[in-house]
Amino acid sequence: MISIERSLVTPRWQRIALPIASLFIASIIAGIVLAVSGHDPIGTYQQIYDASFTSAGALTATFVYATPLLFTGLAVALAFRMRVWNIGGEGQLYMGAVGASGVGLLLGGWPQPLLILMMMLGGGLAGLLWAMIPGLLRAYLRTNEILVSLMLNYVAGLFMYYLIYDSTSFWRDTTSASALVFPQGKDLLPAADWPGIAVGSFTMPFGFIAGGVFAVALLALIRFTRFGFEMRVMGDSSAAANYAGIRTRRTIVTVMALSGAMAGLGGASQIGDFGHVLDPRGLQQAGYGYTGIVVAALAMYNPLAVVIVSILIGALTNAGFALQGPTFPIGLVGTMEGIILFSVLGGEFLGRYRIRFGRAPEPAPSVDDEAGAEVAR
Amino acid sequence: MNVDVVVSVAVSAIAYGTPLVLAGLGELLAERSGVLNLGVEGMMLIGAVTAFFASQVLPGPGWAVLIAAIVAAAAAGAALALIHAFLSITVRVNQIVSGLALTIFAGTIGLSSYAGQVWGVGGQHGLHQLVKLDVLGLSGVPIVGPILFNQDAFVYASWGLVALVTYYLYHTRFGLYLRAVGESPRSADAMGINVSRYRYVHTIVGGAFAGLGGAYFTLAIAPIWTDGLTAGAGWIAIALVIFAFWRPGLLVVGAYLFGALSSLGFTLQANGVQLPSELFSSLPYVMTVVVLAVASTTMAQRRIGTPAALGVPYVREEG
Repeated sequence: MISIERSLVTPRWQRIALPIASLFIASIIAGIVLAVSGHDPIGTYQQIYDASFTSAGALTATFVYATPLLFTGLAVALAFRMRVWNIGGEGQLYMGAVGASGVGLLLGGWPQPLLILMMMLGGGLAGLLWAMIPGLLRAYLRTNEILVSLMLNYVAGLFMYYLIYDSTSFWRDTTSASALVFPQGKDLLPAADWPGIAVGSFTMPFGFIAGGVFAVALLALIRFTRFGFEMRVMGDSSAAANYAGIRTRRTIVTVMALSGAMAGLGGASQIGDFGHVLDPRGLQQAGYGYTGIVVAALAMYNPLAVVIVSILIGALTNAGFALQGPTFPIGLVGTMEGIILFSVLGGEFLGRYRIRFGRAPEPAPSVDDEAGAEVAR
Repeated sequence: MNVDVVVSVAVSAIAYGTPLVLAGLGELLAERSGVLNLGVEGMMLIGAVTAFFASQVLPGPGWAVLIAAIVAAAAAGAALALIHAFLSITVRVNQIVSGLALTIFAGTIGLSSYAGQVWGVGGQHGLHQLVKLDVLGLSGVPIVGPILFNQDAFVYASWGLVALVTYYLYHTRFGLYLRAVGESPRSADAMGINVSRYRYVHTIVGGAFAGLGGAYFTLAIAPIWTDGLTAGAGWIAIALVIFAFWRPGLLVVGAYLFGALSSLGFTLQANGVQLPSELFSSLPYVMTVVVLAVASTTMAQRRIGTPAALGVPYVREEG
């Protein structure tokens, strides 16, 4: 007798093979989309590869996009792994940028290491507080955090616009000549620029290194601490967590807080590493928060894998903006990201089942059913 | 506030609320069958760009072009919903992630933007728009005239669809079966109802409705296509389903309330009220959060309306 059954653990090789296979399948499907719409798939892929890795300054540019994606990817990976559906990374990143630029402007005269630390604190804290709105509502009123966190993305975006375009806020430059023509934010002092590490012509952003450290710290927290264990139990089954006496409310709030802080740090890095000024339009166009979902899913919600995947998706995003034009519509980036996500989802399914020869044993307990029921709150 | 302002708020509430009614009705059908589809925003955008493109290139009299454009938008929305249906019903992946994937795939920098650029409709001005009808010659009647008797055919059709869906849900055998599938797929299966088929059909029809909602943006609200022009309407539609407690009638009330909020800023500014525009623009989003929070407190007490199997894949246990 042959039966298809659920495998409870994903073999280690599959955790690496599945994302790679998904990427491969996605590139074939995206190639078909390209061909159908009158583009040359091979030529386009070659262009993407050159624009993201080989041409002059391309690798540095790739890391400009990879750095925020590393932070938003970590934010999503942590939350989704625990089945806390924070899709407010976008807004939390905006608030992080607001917080970090505010701190940077306020403490401009401080010594650089201290100033960088304070900007990270300011950004992380702003993202954390913004994430507390959906977090507390979810924990104490069982309000759907998906919709609340998403709605707050729009609110945060409008708040940034208000600060720069529609008020004389502390963030807005009201004195320089160009600011009189078109509203813009105040430039931060040079001490607030985070120092990248230059290797030849390539510059590794400070934020990316910091993000890598956070990735390791998060992995250690999840794997080796009591709290991480409680989070994992909750992620696998909230009923089991309740029986085990785990305080699920506190756990949800903490997961949301950490997730929001990560996204907020991404916003801080936008200010410290790259922008040095609060630029609502640029942040909103980039959409790093949403792309973080793609990064986390492709990394199978593993913080360390997020580091690598953020470079890959950063490369794709970089190519999208670099090549943007009539021959390379920007919409291609989201289309390809969507196809990658679909492939990962399909691949996860294949990894969850195995074909067994012989008598079927007792059916494995289903974790997904209960997880799904949580959606229906 | 004088009567004119109230009437103009009501009129624009219907204009901005109509896409929410349609997309919300579609999501309601999908969720009643137990499928949560977070891809509404993406399906609306695809519907919007497809309808606009079709209305620009198709030959023929205006009314025929518009009908064809609307059908095309519904088909495009349905096609996208099919992806989600396949992944969440057949492959049984996590419905939240699959729906998010759909919105990223089709969203602001996704397929809808790509299609808009490939079709070259970006800077164009719409050739055909839905016109306001003068129903029974009553559009001139004060107050109720402009609100009830001076809408376009799409608005009247949406009212018809709401009535139809209400009748379908509560007064037909299929509606009863649909609710059974959403509440207890196992019992429905035991009754001989094909759970997967019900879920597929309602998810896909839901997608078609979202496509229609998107079409209303480009065929009636403004005769242009820009990337991401729905600006979160799809997400508000999903929220509306929750605080309408999965009931079509309440959904309409909520949709027009949000339509009014969306247009309140323009109306007040036109009447000389000086407040930051961002404050008005953020109203629909802030209100969604507030209403969701309030709805969740009462719902936690009464568990009203939520289909019990929402978001849960159905696995039939064989022998």
